Amino acid sequence: MNQTLVILKRELRSYFATPVAYVFIVIFLVLTGALTFQVGNLYERGQADMVPFFTFHPWLYLFLVPALSMRLWAEERKTGTIELLMTLPVTLWQAVVGKFLAAWFFTGIALALTFPLWITVNYLGDPDNGVILASYIGSFLMAGGFLAIGACLSAVTRNQVIAFIITVTVCFLFLLAGYDVVLSAVQGWLPQPMVDAIASLSFLTHFSSIIKGVIDLRDLVYFGLVIGIFLVANAVVLDMKKAS
Amino acid sequence: MIEAIGLCKQYGELTAVDDLSFTVQPGEVLGFLGPNGAGKSTTMRMIAGFLTPTKGTATVCGHDILADPIAAKSVIGYLPEGAPNYPEMTCGAFLEFIADVRGLSGGHRQARLDDVIERLHLAPVLPQAIDTLSKGFKRRVGLAQAILHDPQVLILDEPTDGLDPNQKFEVRELIRKMASDKIIVISTHILEEVHAVCTRAIIIASGKLLADDTPQALEARSRYHNAVSIRVGEGTAADAVRDVLRAQPQVSRIEGEGDQITAFPKPGELLLPTITGLANSHGWHLDELHLEIGRLDEVFRDITTSRDAA
Repeated sequence: MNQTLVILKRELRSYFATPVAYVFIVIFLVLTGALTFQVGNLYERGQADMVPFFTFHPWLYLFLVPALSMRLWAEERKTGTIELLMTLPVTLWQAVVGKFLAAWFFTGIALALTFPLWITVNYLGDPDNGVILASYIGSFLMAGGFLAIGACLSAVTRNQVIAFIITVTVCFLFLLAGYDVVLSAVQGWLPQPMVDAIASLSFLTHFSSIIKGVIDLRDLVYFGLVIGIFLVANAVVLDMKKAS
Repeated sequence: MIEAIGLCKQYGELTAVDDLSFTVQPGEVLGFLGPNGAGKSTTMRMIAGFLTPTKGTATVCGHDILADPIAAKSVIGYLPEGAPNYPEMTCGAFLEFIADVRGLSGGHRQARLDDVIERLHLAPVLPQAIDTLSKGFKRRVGLAQAILHDPQVLILDEPTDGLDPNQKFEVRELIRKMASDKIIVISTHILEEVHAVCTRAIIIASGKLLADDTPQALEARSRYHNAVSIRVGEGTAADAVRDVLRAQPQVSRIEGEGDQITAFPKPGELLLPTITGLANSHGWHLDELHLEIGRLDEVFRDITTSRDAA
């Protein structure tokens, strides 16, 4: 069996061996439901679409994904199992990708379990299912971006709480990179092209164009790049830090 | 064969392992001895592929650990210090994971799983999460993991640390049984263990190789080697015995207090026949008489501390 798949399988098994998986899924479903109906006013808007549902995903992921990713490497380092993992016939890259894919697949399960809402919207009206599918894909990609950042930062420390806080902070910056909160801090001293570059890194800008139904290849490539770059960084950090 | 060639590991200013070279042949059980922090674990971690050497390399069954780490790791079974295992997994699921990652499949996979479960008596704890197991069981799960793919090379970092005497005995039996056709390297600071299982011992301190010999040869370096200890019984004056022994030409010195006497031979001399002869001719009543083969702990202390003083 492919080593990456073996690691993916083990990770997933671990999620479901502890309450982590169930707590995460239940909280995710309860929060998406509450936000969609209470804050997003899905019914009152009178429109058969899922925009109120997807609008809150970046904010939910901001806290839930780091809670999932914080243990990825910090725990391996803390318990010493990283020494076991790295002396098995597995490359660093296979381990990094396997663990990431497991976490991503898991968020995919949580996301897929929101399907009753999709059915509801179809029952109530006649939504554009293409846009909804695209939004699901966009949301899944964004979760992958958050996870890749979290996985990388989880390798920096042995302490899961520190990993969580750093990840939330970095994800927050990425989320709002296109907004004044972040831009005002750099506008004064960075040249304009750099400021524009930072602005274009915003998760929120890329994600909101996807849920509006504007599917631009660049948005998909963007999330793909974020995932790729942070996984490479993850491997580099891990190689430096694994023994300490 | 394991061949370490000038292994070095540097942590900033600190030299953990300093130009270590040695070879281990199939059938050998090599004991790695040294005080805490001597570089035992660092050396084992480098050979097992967890740490990258700062300088030097090692080959394991012909596979260079730097050029072809996956091939080297495939022939090694490694038990890290403290036997870390995924705590939330059940023992059974953990072993299945190791079997998959080691590329075992089909009937062979099942046969190997059955074999290690039987050898390490893990059957009753298979459905249990590893973090609920006792220390002894955790260690056995770690050993099971290391031998699951029937590796040519076994590297065990303190395999009996923290086990009770019965468990220690079992682990040593296990090592002895596997020793005939494998290359086994164990690290320990329990010297009786070296005597019990190792065919060769390497002593390192501050990352440097200080001695490389069989346990018997190391014991022979002890000043106790071939000394004779006696305990005189009632009715025999210990001081009189001391005087007689001291007068013997083969005796270099006499130690011991009260009724305990240890006579040390001059180099190359054997004392036991002389002393039994004297006991008979003088009519000494001896409660105890035994030949010392040498004290490994004393040799160990000598070797590892004399260097610090220098």
